[in-house]
Amino acid sequence: MSTAAVKRNRQRLQKLRELRPSTVLATVALIIVSAIVLLPIVIIVLTAFKPVAEVNAYPPSLLPDAWTLDNLKTVTSELPFLRLVGNSFVFAGGVTAFALVFDSLAAYALARMDFKGRKVLLIAIIATLMIPFQATLIPLYQLVADLGWVNTYTGLIAPRAADAFGIFFLRQFFLALPRDIDAAARIDGAGEFRIFRSIVLPNAVPALLTLGLFTFVNNWNDLLWPLVFTTDAEMGTITSGLTLLTGPSGIVPHGVMMAGSLIAILPLVIAFLFIQRRFIENIATTGLK
Amino acid sequence: MSAPQSPARRYRPPAPLGGRPRRLDSPWRRNAMAAGFLAPALIIIGLFTIWPMLSALRLSFTDASGFGDPEWVGLQNYVDVFSDPDLLKAVTNTVLYTVLFTPTAVLAALGLALLLNSPHLPFRSFFRTALFVPFVVSFAVAAFAWSYLIDPQVGLLNYWLRGMGIQMGNVLQDPTWAMPMVAFVAVWKLFGFYFVIFLAGLQDIPSSLYEAARMDGAGPWSRLRHVTLPLLSNTMAFVLIFAMIAALQAFDQIYVMTGGGPYGSTQTLVMEIYESGFRKLEIGFASALSYVLLIATLMLSLVQFAFFGRREKDMA
Repeated sequence: MSTAAVKRNRQRLQKLRELRPSTVLATVALIIVSAIVLLPIVIIVLTAFKPVAEVNAYPPSLLPDAWTLDNLKTVTSELPFLRLVGNSFVFAGGVTAFALVFDSLAAYALARMDFKGRKVLLIAIIATLMIPFQATLIPLYQLVADLGWVNTYTGLIAPRAADAFGIFFLRQFFLALPRDIDAAARIDGAGEFRIFRSIVLPNAVPALLTLGLFTFVNNWNDLLWPLVFTTDAEMGTITSGLTLLTGPSGIVPHGVMMAGSLIAILPLVIAFLFIQRRFIENIATTGLK
Repeated sequence: MSAPQSPARRYRPPAPLGGRPRRLDSPWRRNAMAAGFLAPALIIIGLFTIWPMLSALRLSFTDASGFGDPEWVGLQNYVDVFSDPDLLKAVTNTVLYTVLFTPTAVLAALGLALLLNSPHLPFRSFFRTALFVPFVVSFAVAAFAWSYLIDPQVGLLNYWLRGMGIQMGNVLQDPTWAMPMVAFVAVWKLFGFYFVIFLAGLQDIPSSLYEAARMDGAGPWSRLRHVTLPLLSNTMAFVLIFAMIAALQAFDQIYVMTGGGPYGSTQTLVMEIYESGFRKLEIGFASALSYVLLIATLMLSLVQFAFFGRREKDMA
């Protein structure tokens, strides 16, 4: 153990010795709240590996006595599972990729270019932020249907390929980048697009990452959108596909539902645990600054 | 101290031959460049947000049903929304959901942020992560997990509560308790997001203010009341309105857990838009409901902008 680690441990011990009753109380409260908050996730993981008999047993237990992969096997036979997970990746990934490109282009123009009508346009974009997509759903569906895009990836992705929130968010970030970082390039005769691509974008990676993650998570998890724009079970996402199992066609065993849920949350939860610190910090500042 | 300007600094080179030094500066060219940058996003937003919004307004004044030519019915759909008790239910249920969800989620988030802001607390980053995890779980999956936990026969939570002497019964089949339950699932899923925003707001409060308050003899309660809460009021307003807008759009977990039942007791605005627009094909009526949702959201957003208007003035 290095001396630094020893020192750190000693500091920790000191901290523990200095514990005040209020701190102990707060910690106990937080442990209880965290346990309640994590309970549904724990139950998904444990139930996914429980045999059917145990899932339906009374009294119910938290831990499985015997672990099994039967639920995972059933759910992959009930649904075109790989296909649905793939659709989720294509849909959420496609929306994220297009939105990042189109939003950052528009944000660059609004933040760092001088043109006629810039203020009016900015206000108009902020105004569309206030329109919930649920309110435009019916004519939007008719439009997508008229274009022949129902049950296609295009239909799922195109309407979300740019959005007012992303433009506004990136604009605020571009605005905060110092003006003079592109002065040298400008003197060298670089055009706007080169400045955008090789100077502004590389400096905006944290903002792009945050927006990208946010967009990906929201679309992966969205239920109403794939429910409306896909009628073919093969074209749904994992989130909408799972709801087919609970439909009136019959009661699906809880174990199978939990196995499906586990697959649906696994990619996001793993990704989140890897980058959680940065993700949380970035999200915290997203709405406010 | 001002040095006399040397002749060299006053010297300006003559303009190059051939007029303007850089073509890039011509206003026409600048506007065209900007248009190029903006075009893809504006086309998408115009086609898939603005146009449907206007289209929904037109439809809301007709009896469009997917069959035959829609006829103009004036304000009839809006009269139906606010007069027919069955239809008014979607509006009142949404208000009830908002009232149940917003204060619970916001107060839970605020309380936990205040607790976790203390530097003495052990395992802070673990707690922070744990409380935020539900935010990356979809509403649909949250709904499956909670439905199972509270299942009257095999639900673990139901069983544990019974052990403590609390009879839960079949919550999702109970017209009184189904709505609080679906609102609770939303609290579970979203409070972590508000919590993180509060935490960021708390960390922006300069510690010197607390020092000063302590010097003046302010106890922890008084510091909370006179320093923390007033300085957090902007964050508070932001989170409140954000939460209310989210509440107006409730759909996913309701669709999974109750399907709007029992007896329509969880039928919210978006549930009704989905049902009447896509199942019953009452497109005119569903469009009128869409506009109720749109206007409610718009009003909340305007309040939000009024709040933050001062801070954002230097933006544009």
